[in-house]
Amino acid sequence: MALYSEKVMDHFRNPRNVGVIEDADGVGEVGNAKCGDIMKMYLKIEDDKIEDVKFETFGCGSAIASSSMATELIKGKPVSEAMELTNKAVAEALDGLPDYKMHCSVLAEEAIKNALDDYYSRHPEKKKEQ
Amino acid sequence: MRIYADNAATTKMSRAAVEAMLPYLEEYYGNPSSLYSEGQKAKEALEEAREKITRCINANAKEIIFTSGGSEADNQAILTAAALGKKKGKTHIISDTIEHHAVLHTLKKLEKEGFTVTYLPAHENGIVRVEDLVNAITGDTCLVTVMYANNEIGTIQPIKEIGAVCREKGILFHTDAVQAVGHIPVDVEDANIDMLSASAHKFHGPKGVGFLYARRGIRLETLIEGGAQERGHRAGTENVPGIVAAAAALEEAAGSLGEVSERVQVLRDRLIEGLKKIPHSALNGDPQKRVPSNVNFCFEGVEGEALLLLLDDKGIMASSGSACTSGSLDPSHVLLAIGRVHDVAHGSLRLSLGDDATEEEVDYIIKSVEEVVTYLRGFSPVWRDLVNGKSKFIL
Ligand SMILES: Cc1ncc(COP(=O)(O)O)c(C=O)c1O
Repeated sequence: MALYSEKVMDHFRNPRNVGVIEDADGVGEVGNAKCGDIMKMYLKIEDDKIEDVKFETFGCGSAIASSSMATELIKGKPVSEAMELTNKAVAEALDGLPDYKMHCSVLAEEAIKNALDDYYSRHPEKKKEQ
Repeated sequence: MRIYADNAATTKMSRAAVEAMLPYLEEYYGNPSSLYSEGQKAKEALEEAREKITRCINANAKEIIFTSGGSEADNQAILTAAALGKKKGKTHIISDTIEHHAVLHTLKKLEKEGFTVTYLPAHENGIVRVEDLVNAITGDTCLVTVMYANNEIGTIQPIKEIGAVCREKGILFHTDAVQAVGHIPVDVEDANIDMLSASAHKFHGPKGVGFLYARRGIRLETLIEGGAQERGHRAGTENVPGIVAAAAALEEAAGSLGEVSERVQVLRDRLIEGLKKIPHSALNGDPQKRVPSNVNFCFEGVEGEALLLLLDDKGIMASSGSACTSGSLDPSHVLLAIGRVHDVAHGSLRLSLGDDATEEEVDYIIKSVEEVVTYLRGFSPVWRDLVNGKSKFIL
């Protein structure tokens, strides 16, 4: 059996939404180089919707695939839905991750939450609406 | 095209080794302890294999016992020296920071039992210094165990000098020569080696076969109790086909050693020169004092596992010391020991060339690594911070 599912390899080889949003409404960065994984998420939010999302990742195959999948799962969705994203949903959408790689999906979830927190800290009035 | 550049992990069995083992699978399958001719034929082959191996490392037949591989030989050698030391009340061992886990974990076990271990630094070039060894020796030292050549960065240790010091001080000297035997000249007599571990699958023999050389007069501890095989030092019906193949493989490797290493070394240096051109990269380990096949680099801003997966897509099989590939949280202890910080150690790549490597393959590897590193850096937040001056380049 291969280390990773076809889905993981697909998202690793052809990551979706790679890059930077210069005028992002929220930016989140999690992980550290010491552990070998860093994920950075950029969000463009309009009318409480994730208009655009891009990521940059330093990390292993599953870290790159998890970032890619997480962006796909929230793109075009209402912010409230993005807030609900779980690492399990990311891992399941990738047809599973090896146990010792599950932390990659956790990082992806955290990176998105981190970016949303940044967005809310820039727009405290939005947080109240929630 | 598939290029196997992971020969430090294991090697393909040679034709000679495969052919040597076949008769002992199908024809002379008897138990070497049996007295009928099929068994005795197997016994003869076993002893012939032992003879062949002694000739390759300048030992005597009674000094070789066959094991299940390098790990077992390392365990047995170290536990033997520890037991002999303990009898004399000596419980200090000297080793170094870049040993294989077969050595390090055995030493950890001994530390729990009350032994103290001094780990000599491997310095920036990945080579232990004899003066550090001399300074570490105490009246309590019962063993020095320093590997012949490192499995990750390929550096060759000053084994002959270490052997001379140990002989003069009357301290047992063991060397894990798993990456050396069959690749560089090894002479246990000349280097004053008391115990040496080797593993067949690193020199085109089968997996699960190795041997321990122990100088005459060293009473080996028995790890596996049972029958009287291997003069009572290693029970269990001998892996005759594997042992015969191991000897055939080593005989061939030792026979063509000079010629092969000269050729492969040129390719290694070409590979090193090519990879050096990738910005913010660095060779790990001494550029000269390394086994002919080993190249090990760190590339800043990329992670090793991603690098390996993309190289695999390009047909290149290699390995990395990143945490992700080790299944632990820390990157390679060897890279950390030679002063590579975590951030950089995660971006390591080991390429260990085969005897049949070609210039075209090396050039293809250089081109592919460059492409993959550039691609991964293109969306690495670490790289972006480095390029934007937010953090400082290390390499
Ligand atoms: C330096 C060194 N020592 C020991 C071993 C263990 O050898 P084996 O796999 O035969 O147990 C290896 C191989 O991985 C090695 O490279």
